[in-house]
Amino acid sequence: MKAPDPELLNVDYGVGGVTTHVRSRKLGDDLHSETMVLNLGPAHPATHGTVRIVAELSGEKILDADVEVGYLHRGFEKMCETVDYNQVMPYADRLNYVSPIINNVGWCLTVEKLLGVEVPKRCQYIRVIMSEISRITDHLTCLGASAMELGAFTVMLYMIEARELLWELVEDVTGARLTISYGRVGGLKYDLPNGFAAKLDAALKQTRKILVDCDRLLTRNRIFIERMCDVATITAEQAADFSLTGPIARASGLNYDVRKAFPYSSYDEFDFEVPLGSKGDNYDRFLVRFYEIEQSMRICEQAISRLPDGPIAVDDPHIVLVPKDQVYGSIDGMINHFEMVMYGVKPPKGEAYIPVEGGTGELGFYTISDGSGYPYKVHVRAPSFIHMGVMRQMLLGAAVADVVPTFGMINMIGGECDR
Amino acid sequence: MELMILVAKVIVALFLVALHLAAFCTWVERKGSALIQDRIGANRSAAYVQTDNLLLKPVAFFLRIMGGLGVINTLVNDAVKAILKEDFVPAGVPKFVHALAPFLAVFPIFLAYAVVPMAPDFEAFGQVIRLQVASLDAGVLFLFAMGSVSVYGVAMAGWSGNNKFSLLGALRASAQMISYELAMGISLVTVILVYGTLDLYEMVNAQGKLWGICYQPLTFLILFTVGMAETKRGPFDLPESESELVAGYFTEYSGMKFLVFWLGEFAEIGLFALLLTILFFGGWNIPFFTYPSNHWIWAIVGFHVLLLKVVFFCVLQIVIRWTLPRFRYDQLMDLGWKILLPLSMLNLVFYAALKLSGGIG
Repeated sequence: MKAPDPELLNVDYGVGGVTTHVRSRKLGDDLHSETMVLNLGPAHPATHGTVRIVAELSGEKILDADVEVGYLHRGFEKMCETVDYNQVMPYADRLNYVSPIINNVGWCLTVEKLLGVEVPKRCQYIRVIMSEISRITDHLTCLGASAMELGAFTVMLYMIEARELLWELVEDVTGARLTISYGRVGGLKYDLPNGFAAKLDAALKQTRKILVDCDRLLTRNRIFIERMCDVATITAEQAADFSLTGPIARASGLNYDVRKAFPYSSYDEFDFEVPLGSKGDNYDRFLVRFYEIEQSMRICEQAISRLPDGPIAVDDPHIVLVPKDQVYGSIDGMINHFEMVMYGVKPPKGEAYIPVEGGTGELGFYTISDGSGYPYKVHVRAPSFIHMGVMRQMLLGAAVADVVPTFGMINMIGGECDR
Repeated sequence: MELMILVAKVIVALFLVALHLAAFCTWVERKGSALIQDRIGANRSAAYVQTDNLLLKPVAFFLRIMGGLGVINTLVNDAVKAILKEDFVPAGVPKFVHALAPFLAVFPIFLAYAVVPMAPDFEAFGQVIRLQVASLDAGVLFLFAMGSVSVYGVAMAGWSGNNKFSLLGALRASAQMISYELAMGISLVTVILVYGTLDLYEMVNAQGKLWGICYQPLTFLILFTVGMAETKRGPFDLPESESELVAGYFTEYSGMKFLVFWLGEFAEIGLFALLLTILFFGGWNIPFFTYPSNHWIWAIVGFHVLLLKVVFFCVLQIVIRWTLPRFRYDQLMDLGWKILLPLSMLNLVFYAALKLSGGIG
């Protein structure tokens, strides 16, 4: 029997010329044994083309790992400088594409801060409702995908079913499911449709029912707990050192939620809790997200029951497009419309940074205005990118089988991470 | 005559039972998982067959029903697709080993069907016929041996893939199958001890009054768990865990060779269900009923009673596979070596003591 050529086995096929510091080493024992370098991704079922993990293995144990991101880089920040402030919206959709509304809201708030305006209460409440729906879909996707990667395919499809109910709501409101472009500087694209409250109520009820099923199937399943507990533990200090935010930081016990710390869009008017973990392992991250879904549903219910009447946009023709009847019915309406379409919103000179609580963590938009209709500079504090920095720390000493659930619990969204 | 009867037996064992069970399991895997997961599942192939020919109308109707149920999709389309696909062999692999591995993994499984009795003895052509291709005295040992041999195919597949994922999958598979064989062997010894025979037919006969499950439930549980691990499915599908190892030891296989692995996996599910039925659930025995004669009618009845029980266990294994998440490698080893092995040893000692004191048998 002719054995495979050992040279062929050990070649590290670099992807796109990217090199890695991870190399196989001789192990210090009497036998001639060396570690194996395993290239997980970017063409791997669990990394779906967005990340590459080069792991040095001794048996199934990970001795060293190199995490490479950037496979989905599109130049978001540079692209934003070429379009006006409202046209950034479709680009922002594609950051965290699982919860695009939160990105829209974050960008709108940043530009509104530059402009020095505050949107009406109704608009703020609708933004809250839609953001929380997005957060639920984000968490459901994250939890479902992680469950699937652990072999619990059924749970994933249950969660996708719940997400489907919520995305139907999003479709009702925005007309699209994924790239919704719902936000507008100074307001929103549409008001809520008729009968939205009843639909939301029904969808949340059904989602709760599905989550009870998932809870029975998964969160109290012995195999699942053993797989998740004490894996990729991150202490609160480490979380702070790596500037982790969002569910990952909260799973480590770091009580930081932008909605509580720097309330935006009337979040301070709602009663909700921030679930905190204690150990900071994968299971805590899973549970924090699981309980956050319930809190998000609570916020949705409060907001929809107290939804104030009124306009959904600021009453300023230099920020928001004037209604169509004025465009065709009055000369100044026509001029305002022309100005808005041709030159866009023109914030005064200055800079602004606004963080919002995204699905994965603190999502911050920083922009500089030079007084023209185009942003001078845009930067996104993408939580996924920052969280990927801790991945190596989490993987050291873990098993190969832990890579995928850990990666899933970081919830790295390619569009947001690589921008 | 002798030869013809033997050929008939082989046809029954291989085509009527083994391949049918494998096909049935594939269908349940497809359509049953859809049922579990609130999906529709395969239902398109031949679902809209129409014809103007009056004679063919019933055929078209039948095809529509089968297509709607996903049977045609699973049994016809999958096979056609696999045959027509490119049989890709990666560079730098020993081609012979690469081609041999799938057959070496599957052949023992089908061979093991030879020693399994399928129905009570019946009289035909002036002689008593036992529906068992090879009436070995040591049937259980043969089954056990064949289960072990299929490890070679898996190991070869992983090695010859020239792929690190394949290699890891093969290592996991070999370690898993060999570790769980210990608990399996000891549990089988317990069963042999209780029934006092190595012959599978005699074991079924011994359960005429009371099924084995009634007085050895723990042995059943151990053997069932081990069996799930041996088939490399359900919560024990680490060797092919698609989220970590792409497809495990058969990552580098495509087309028909891939399908052969698949077929073997499902045939193994069927074989294990058959084994459990024969060892613990009375084979073709029906509670409070004894077959009145060895007329061939009763053999057919017995055959179907056996198949019904087997189908139940096949479906049970598939339901478990779609319910539970997967173990990690070290947890799997812990379960095998630290829990199942001591448990099966204690179980053996218990039944040996019981046997010595005259409690059973």
